[in-house]
Amino acid sequence: MSEHSQQASNSEHVVPVSTYVAVFVALIALTALTTGVAYIDLGKWNTVVALLIAVIKMLLVVLFFMHVKYAAGLTRIAILAGFFWLAIMICLTLSDELTRGWEIVSRGWGVIVPLAVRFF
Amino acid sequence: MSTAIADLHETPADLGVNYLNASYGIRSWLLTKDHKRIGLLYLATITLMFFVGGTAAVLMRLHLIEPQGALFEPETYNKMFSTHGIIMVFFFLVHSIPATLGNFLIPLMIGARDVAFPKLNLMSWYIFITGCAFALYATLSGGVDTGWTFYPPYSSSFSHTHVVAVALGVFIAGFSSILTGLNFIVTIHKMRAPGMTWFRLPLFIWALYATSLIFVLGTPVIAITLFLLGLERILHVGIFDPAVGGDPLLFQHLFWFYSHPAVYIMILPGMGVISELITAFSRKKIFGYSFVAFSSLSIAVISFVVWGHHMFVTGQSIYAGLVFSVLSFLVAIPSAIKVFNWTATLYKGSISYQAPMLYALGFIGLFTIGGLTGLFLASLATDVHLNGTYFIVAHFHYIMVGGAVMAYLGGIHFWWPKITGRLYPDYWARVAAALIFIGFNLTFFPQFVLGYLGMPRRYAVYPAEFQVLNVMSSAGASILGIGYVIPLIYLTWSMRYGPVAGPNPWRAKGLEWTIPSPPPTENFEEIPIVTEEAYDYPSPGVARV
Amino acid sequence: MSELAAHGAHPPGFAHQFETVSQQRDAATLGMWVFLVTEILFFGGMFMSYTVYRALHLQAFITGSHLLEVQFGATNTAVLIVSSLTMAMGIRSAQTGKSKNQTILWLILTMLLGATFLFLKFRFEWYHDYVEGIVPGVSWHYHGSYAPGVQLFMCFYFFMTGLHALHMVVGIGILTVLIVLTARNKFSPQYYAPLEISGLYWHFVDIVWIFLFPLLYLIGGRYPGS
Repeated sequence: MSEHSQQASNSEHVVPVSTYVAVFVALIALTALTTGVAYIDLGKWNTVVALLIAVIKMLLVVLFFMHVKYAAGLTRIAILAGFFWLAIMICLTLSDELTRGWEIVSRGWGVIVPLAVRFF
Repeated sequence: MSTAIADLHETPADLGVNYLNASYGIRSWLLTKDHKRIGLLYLATITLMFFVGGTAAVLMRLHLIEPQGALFEPETYNKMFSTHGIIMVFFFLVHSIPATLGNFLIPLMIGARDVAFPKLNLMSWYIFITGCAFALYATLSGGVDTGWTFYPPYSSSFSHTHVVAVALGVFIAGFSSILTGLNFIVTIHKMRAPGMTWFRLPLFIWALYATSLIFVLGTPVIAITLFLLGLERILHVGIFDPAVGGDPLLFQHLFWFYSHPAVYIMILPGMGVISELITAFSRKKIFGYSFVAFSSLSIAVISFVVWGHHMFVTGQSIYAGLVFSVLSFLVAIPSAIKVFNWTATLYKGSISYQAPMLYALGFIGLFTIGGLTGLFLASLATDVHLNGTYFIVAHFHYIMVGGAVMAYLGGIHFWWPKITGRLYPDYWARVAAALIFIGFNLTFFPQFVLGYLGMPRRYAVYPAEFQVLNVMSSAGASILGIGYVIPLIYLTWSMRYGPVAGPNPWRAKGLEWTIPSPPPTENFEEIPIVTEEAYDYPSPGVARV
Repeated sequence: MSELAAHGAHPPGFAHQFETVSQQRDAATLGMWVFLVTEILFFGGMFMSYTVYRALHLQAFITGSHLLEVQFGATNTAVLIVSSLTMAMGIRSAQTGKSKNQTILWLILTMLLGATFLFLKFRFEWYHDYVEGIVPGVSWHYHGSYAPGVQLFMCFYFFMTGLHALHMVVGIGILTVLIVLTARNKFSPQYYAPLEISGLYWHFVDIVWIFLFPLLYLIGGRYPGS
């Protein structure tokens, strides 16, 4: 069991300074980018771009500064589970908050059709 | 009747050096890092909180003997049911099996010397009693009258009771449970003995692992919810206030995102205990091990997508209601799988009826009733009529009391010899179990009828035609109360005067039964190497060794 | 061969409930990650509430967001990114057996950057907002458009950045303890787990801010006419 956990241990891996510096430079550049893009009119895409950049920055920090690139599968599963559960909370709550104004159409199975029509 | 109890003449004359007598003095207990002692510290605290919450229940049932209320003003009655719910949910049930039996048994069952983080374990107990202190202080100063659900705007803007103090107590106690869950997850992943593969683990461990997942994923959300509620109340700002664009239902979404999985926190460990009791007292391996194991995980996962069934009549969108209703039916399936598998385990088993088994059999019946009545409530159309009535009260008490509390008592009795090294008198234990079963049914079955007839819950008064059923319920509560007090007496008595138990009085399978009772501080002289499957009892019909 | 046997008696920092040092290290790392998952859900509750209200009251949120000053948010983001670098370098310093003074230097730099973040936030942002009268519940004198929704937005601004700041304060406290322990020669390439897992915590707090910046300061863009 100790052999297995030695392979899985990520603290053994030493990340080169150059990697850390490269990640740092990328993070600063992305911060400048997201700030700059805010001053350009992209309509509703402003939000999408901002979130996309934030996710990329997060991935850089998680993979390199937090060593997840070199970490065991269990660590990755834990992180994914955290975000997945957050997604559950957001999506199911929004499924209520955003549909309160929808009209109820009740013709037997009729409830399903408007739902489907709404999405497709 | 089979001989589940070992011949007492073969047991050692004394209890040797063990975790109880290895060191003396209050400091050795209050600064302990031994998971077994921490389990006992929790046991003491939780027993206290159970009787505080139980007192509130007794007072409520006495009040409800009269249609116009026999004891309290309505405002006081509101505080009674709120206190009862808050204490029982957040300060008793959530921690009951995990913090006592879980802490004590997990390292023993997996073949480890302690949990992964013993100091964190002790800290979690201190955090827990701090939370209890806040809650008790608030209760003694007048309590809250918001119900255990704390819904705004009443709790944030209108109630004149100690909302923030109680919410703080719950917040703190929740943090304690997060640390417990964290400790268990890491312990089970990283500290199993050589040969103890996942599928050789006792099902109690699978159940506690699933429970710990809920602890870790759900509890932080109730923490932030109460935090926001406290800020709204203190600063008079309106996060859940429609006047500033807030939504009271958002609170309910946040609240139930935790509180529904919380009810599975309260029942899953009990199901784990039942798997242990059924196998030990039928002397048979569990039917469908992997189904039972995976059903625990499924319950933990699915429990997070059903919370909207508490909000069917609150103004939630119909479409969300549809989704939540369908998913709520889904969550019944893994629970049913467990019930079928336990029953199949009993079939052709060599069954004996000591007290733990009585609790286990009672659990199977009562949990089934509670679970089935849950389906009435998962169904949107019937829930519209049953919501807010005593039907709901009966439903969840069948599961929480008929299920979880009985499993807790069954587990306490089963592992009592291991924890204390002594046997309790089984005759009195069976008397208590019978009283609890009878008292429980007399208390709560009439409440199904009351709810169906339309009696609302959380009301201090009720129409006169409901009095007979209410009196029956109150009579049952008094029997139930006596049933709970009796174990306090004989279990305490047994600690000094009970016969010495020996390592394995039940001749059960499991690593915890291979070490002395009570165990030495370091649990195992040498970490065992596991080669047996779980519940490796000889098959029925094969000559017994 | 057990590392325990290789070291003879207890290696530095070894805890008795474990069988090997690597088991202990794995347990510590997994433990911290599980804790960070709870933090995802803890902050997540507020992110979820924010998402709901932003969806329902977008114009009010845009108006509220424009009350915040982007240069402070951007500067603070940069400050935290630098602090993550210095934290990673500090851990690397211990991991590769550099002198304890070098490790301490990196940790002190991280602390100073964290303190800078808090100083900028409290002294220039929060205090300024207080003077302007846009602090709900404490100093609220806003009478512009979408006033109720702007109050809701400002609630989220203060609660989310406040909770984040609280985590920064705890992080600075942890760094203080780490500096003391490093000065007492507790860490080495064989045992630096407390540094590693504290680093995980620090980086997590940085990530929270990475999301807070665009979600609070950049709603609806900052271009003319937004």
